[in-house]
Amino acid sequence: MPQVLTMERKDMTEYKTSENKGQQGETLLKVENLYKSYNRNTLVLQNVQMALKQGEFVSIIGPSGAGKSTLLRCINRMIDPTSGSILFDGVEMTTLNKADLRSQRAKIGMVFQHYNLVSRLSVFENVLHGRFGYKSTLQGVLSLFTEEEKKLALEILDKLGMKEFAYKRCDQLSGGQKQRVGIARALVQQPKLLLCDEPIASLDPNSSKVIMDHLKDISETMGITVLVNLHQVDVALKYSDRIIGLNKGSIVYEGIPENLSNMAIRDIYGSEIEDLILE
Amino acid sequence: MNGNLDVVKKKKIQMTLVLLIMLLITVGTSMLTEFSFAQGIASIPGTIVWMATNLIPGAESMENLPKVLAKLWETIVLSVLSTTTAAIAALFFALLGSKTTKVNQPMAIMSRFIASVFRNIPVVAWALVLVISFGHNVVTGYFALFFTTFGFLVRAFIETIDEASIESVEALNATGATYFQMVFRGVIPESLPQMVSWLFFMIDTNIRSATLVGLLTGTGIGYLFDIHYKRLDYETVGLITICIIVVVIAIEFISNKVRRLIL
Repeated sequence: MPQVLTMERKDMTEYKTSENKGQQGETLLKVENLYKSYNRNTLVLQNVQMALKQGEFVSIIGPSGAGKSTLLRCINRMIDPTSGSILFDGVEMTTLNKADLRSQRAKIGMVFQHYNLVSRLSVFENVLHGRFGYKSTLQGVLSLFTEEEKKLALEILDKLGMKEFAYKRCDQLSGGQKQRVGIARALVQQPKLLLCDEPIASLDPNSSKVIMDHLKDISETMGITVLVNLHQVDVALKYSDRIIGLNKGSIVYEGIPENLSNMAIRDIYGSEIEDLILE
Repeated sequence: MNGNLDVVKKKKIQMTLVLLIMLLITVGTSMLTEFSFAQGIASIPGTIVWMATNLIPGAESMENLPKVLAKLWETIVLSVLSTTTAAIAALFFALLGSKTTKVNQPMAIMSRFIASVFRNIPVVAWALVLVISFGHNVVTGYFALFFTTFGFLVRAFIETIDEASIESVEALNATGATYFQMVFRGVIPESLPQMVSWLFFMIDTNIRSATLVGLLTGTGIGYLFDIHYKRLDYETVGLITICIIVVVIAIEFISNKVRRLIL
């Protein structure tokens, strides 16, 4: 089975070089002057600028209500931004029509805090849901998946150590297992970008480590850009290539983990480092 | 600490006040309607004796059993037919009206408004109005049941959809799924057990309603009930009532079994 996996990885890199976007360091996502407000009085996001490179692992940290989830959901337009520009894979996201948005979303995987699986369906069915973006309505409704798609789903499940659970119903799984199914569903999209909204906030420390290790592995070996919202500063420090600090909708820190000083943490969380629980 | 005790004391006073007011309302309204509790309770034994002597079906009324069962079957079929067709229509309206799966706001409001109108006109009123246009036949009964069931199920389904599937809908939309992919592979699998549960609830409600509607439209078990009631043939009336009770309990039993099977 491991051989098949390396083949799979090679396939994906080939696919990318053939499109001439495979070089590490090329900008995949560029967000400029992004604003979001739900009503006139409060700005949830103000003047957000950021750029993500291919294969980068970037964490967004910040206190509750800083706008982390909103920022993530603006990128795949689950929430429509008020103004600004989001350039993903060479396409401006903010002005897309429904059909084009759909094919762009297919290239962006999303992982949720509460896993958001269809709990009454099997693991395998849930993972195949990741292919909907590439299928016609009828194919999707009737669950007509090709042999390759099914193989891909099983390979990804195997990689995440979930193959033996493939035919189990999702409501019988533990939290850590559900989140791995969530990641598998995102990976089966063969995405270029993975958005993870608090992926470990509902998990115990052991499962959290498993999930974060998988995410790191995905960015390193598959060349997929991973953008993670995190509550835990220590986790962000350990795994990220780069950290973005968000406070009240503005970016107050951006840089490599080594440069995240106590001063910067105070700017992000608005409190002294001694007051934060950091383990 | 003192403040806490005060809160507890206040709560007790509030409860006492609420109980006193309820008692006052009960006494006041029974005086206004000249309803006497003592008299009402005193007449209970007599009523039971009358029911026991008149409503227990005897050998003579048993001859009517085949006729009763045939009409009862007609009523069950009508109820199942109207409930299932109404459920299909209700599913579409619920999808439009739910805040999780709505297509747009105006259509959501429209759908909820239409359902509300159908729901808030009682089944008896529907039957009386429809009997004018369709006449005394099964079609009238079918539509009367269809309309009220539709109105009720739209609301029940909207709540089921919103409760069961907000999270998986978000995930499916994020993968780039189309609307119908999201509905058929996300919303329906998640809300199916609850929806089927509502369906059975409506089928057994409708068997009871169908009796009443039949009385007005001259069809089904309700009509038979009406005829024998007017002939003062209370034994057959009793027989019909017992048959209806048995069927409703049987359906509840089946619905519990099915629910456990699909959950």
